[in-house]
Amino acid sequence: MTEGPDLGKRPEDEPKPDLRKEEPEAAPEAGAESAAEGDTLLATQESGDRTRETIGEILRSDHPAVVTVLAVICAMIVGAILIVASDEATRNAAKYFTAAPGETFSAGWSAIKGAYVALFQGAIYNPEGQQLLAPISETLVYATPLILAGLSVTLAFRAGLFNIGAQGQILMSAAFAGYIGFAWHLPAGIHIVVAIIGGIIGGAIWAGIAGFLKAKTGAHEVITTIMLNYVGVFFINWLLTESWFQAPPFNQAVSRTIDGNAQFWHLFGSDMRVNFSFILAIAATAFTWWLLKYATFGFRIRTVGANQDAARTAGMSISSTYIWLMVVVGGLAGLAGVAQVLGDANNYQITASVDGGVGFTAITVALLGRGTAWGTFWAGLLFGALSAGSGQLQVATATPPDLVQVLQALVVLFIAAPGLIRLVFRLRRSKAGGSAVLAKGWNG
Amino acid sequence: MTPELNENRDDVVESSVATVEVAPGEVVEQHVVELKQSTTRRIGTSAAFIVLGLIAAVVLGMSAGSHSTSFDLNGSQPGISVPKFSVPGVGLIVVCGIVIILLGAGHLVRSYSKRTLRWAGIAAGILFLVAFLTWAGTEGKQSVQVGSLLQQTLFLATPLILGSMAGLMCEKTAVINVAIEGQMLFGAFAGALFGTLASTWVGLIAAVAIGAVVGALLAVFAIKFTVNQIILGVVINAFALGLTGYLYDAIMADNGTGTNQPIPFSPIKIPVLGDIPVIGSLLFNQTIITYLMYLIVIVIDVMLLRSRWGLRTRAVGEHPKAADTVGINVLRLRYQNVIIGGGIAGLAGAALTIGSVGTFNKNMTSGQGFIALAALIFGRWTPRGALGASLFFGFASALQVALSLLATPIKIDSNLLQMLPYLATIFAVAGLVGRVRAPAADGEPYVKGD
Repeated sequence: MTEGPDLGKRPEDEPKPDLRKEEPEAAPEAGAESAAEGDTLLATQESGDRTRETIGEILRSDHPAVVTVLAVICAMIVGAILIVASDEATRNAAKYFTAAPGETFSAGWSAIKGAYVALFQGAIYNPEGQQLLAPISETLVYATPLILAGLSVTLAFRAGLFNIGAQGQILMSAAFAGYIGFAWHLPAGIHIVVAIIGGIIGGAIWAGIAGFLKAKTGAHEVITTIMLNYVGVFFINWLLTESWFQAPPFNQAVSRTIDGNAQFWHLFGSDMRVNFSFILAIAATAFTWWLLKYATFGFRIRTVGANQDAARTAGMSISSTYIWLMVVVGGLAGLAGVAQVLGDANNYQITASVDGGVGFTAITVALLGRGTAWGTFWAGLLFGALSAGSGQLQVATATPPDLVQVLQALVVLFIAAPGLIRLVFRLRRSKAGGSAVLAKGWNG
Repeated sequence: MTPELNENRDDVVESSVATVEVAPGEVVEQHVVELKQSTTRRIGTSAAFIVLGLIAAVVLGMSAGSHSTSFDLNGSQPGISVPKFSVPGVGLIVVCGIVIILLGAGHLVRSYSKRTLRWAGIAAGILFLVAFLTWAGTEGKQSVQVGSLLQQTLFLATPLILGSMAGLMCEKTAVINVAIEGQMLFGAFAGALFGTLASTWVGLIAAVAIGAVVGALLAVFAIKFTVNQIILGVVINAFALGLTGYLYDAIMADNGTGTNQPIPFSPIKIPVLGDIPVIGSLLFNQTIITYLMYLIVIVIDVMLLRSRWGLRTRAVGEHPKAADTVGINVLRLRYQNVIIGGGIAGLAGAALTIGSVGTFNKNMTSGQGFIALAALIFGRWTPRGALGASLFFGFASALQVALSLLATPIKIDSNLLQMLPYLATIFAVAGLVGRVRAPAADGEPYVKGD
């Protein structure tokens, strides 16, 4: 993990978007199919066909894209087992399994198919829906805060820090941006810019506290960011009881509504919720990519993450790197809060759950993204698609929507353990494998 | 370090001198040297003490009501009761504040050693709490229920203590366990489910077993596949949250009475010990889970320093290669400890369901595993430290509930009050604990011959 020159971005690291978007429709047997395909490819290798040999070489190596696809397939297979086990029709059919085994299988199959089709329809394309692009729009709405907060966690990872505090940073940013949004009345254009900056500052302060304490007193960022999460939650709860913050008639814990001037405009008409915040997410991804690859500060981050002693010897100040890194990290998480409160995700109001649980999912997004900016972007899209699909899952099937959380965790678990994927699919170890995530133990 | 060197430095204190025989007949004098705080840091620390003392003496003293405060040491459980007693409110508050200020001034003048400073910090914290509780009772409407406050503290701290012991088991052998939360959640779920399907005892065993299974999962991925352990912990937590939520919806939500209604354990009173006033009903009239917690804390604390297992565990945690060289099976010991740790975390989960309310809810651990982890780090990876830190968190939660029931001189917003334990932790970690040192090899997979 610590090979120096390899730390930079490898473009081939980014999983291909087309591979990912096709996943929700892939049935579990796809696993068996691709394994069989791999076997035939292995067989033909002996005949000496060079093209096929190369393809076989890629399919047989633990190239990140291959590992990601295989991990998604594995997760879906485990998910299918869960669906079958919890499906009532299948369990009923299983009672007379010996008499009519076919019925158990067909009931199980229809449960699996129903669940995965619903996921696909909720996330990508629904032939019965009124708006063809509505599912995609939902996917982007869910993906936006995940990408932004995921970038924040990714950036911290690269310096060997573990930012569990995205939740608190999002909440503080939402409070700042939201307050500016409803309390100040500025001209169009200026208002939204000021609100965005306010949100970034809110997140940056909250993470900056953790960075400052880490640099100056050595307080471990895992503890301080967890504690700041709780402080942030109670701070928002308190705000929502104050009359200058709460919406009249003061019987619900919601804030006043953001001014029209400070709301993000919709990208494809007001029927679809996707809004300018997604463009912001793309810009933030590009910024993080640039920061890590070309900026001097990014080099400092990576050096401190890879080897503190070397960084110190080279004359870099570890403590100032930590402080400014956490400020940037908090700013990125702050953008996620901005997207939640100024975008069409939360009814343009601040609530106690305005973070939407993004803070913790962002950690898994960052892990799936393997510590790279664009990797995090695609990972955020995939998880956004799964979250959007879970709505349809709840509407259309009896399968509990928490399935999506299980799938998300399983994908990352399989990815985090390339050794396991290598073992299951008998892949070869290649140089391209591995991840740039650098968070080590407590002493690192 | 030789004594000559010490004489030229005024920032070190020699705390003890001992002799060690390094080779037959060759005795070497060892000087245990402790670094003092730097002057700026010392002034800052003393200033923090003095400000805290001033807050207690001036702010609390001025705003306190005119009544004297009465304390009630009896818990809610029956037993031999002690009479309530009253103290003059303002007087006690001011005395506490002055003592805190003196503690700070002492550090400014005489510069405490690290150890003394820690005790001074703990003493100042307790004095401040006494002043605060006294202040809260000066309206004279109700007495301050110290007994039930402590009872709640123990009740709320039990899962945290068990959780931090689970973390300790793993981290002393250098496997980071961020998955305490997930293991607790699985334990709570299994406890409720099997507690309903079979009996509460089966639920307890199932909770420990599932915790151990998740511990084994952690162990296999961390030790065999050498996955980054922090990542692994986060993923296991997400997996536990998703799976228990999924199973809750699939099995429990529609059929609560059949699958999610275990009979919780009832308290067992230990003869003789349970009859001691105040302490008896507090400590020795508890459920089996609390007694198991006592046992686990004592066993780990004693064994870690005084048994062959403890020595080996610490060796593996600090320097696995050296441990391997002298013939300790590093990987087997790690597997064993991580699995036992998982079982303890499962027990911590059981404390939340069959140890208290009985029923399981989605995400019912609500971050307690992370608090347990914080308590472990806060407590510097020692059993006693983790115990103290967990009790602190438990006390803070209990205090918040107690204060919401009490008519205080100034109405405190409950949300702002709930922030206090977390703010206090940040201050304590930043000011008193500082740079903590985990077991040296913590988080590093061991590959033989690497």
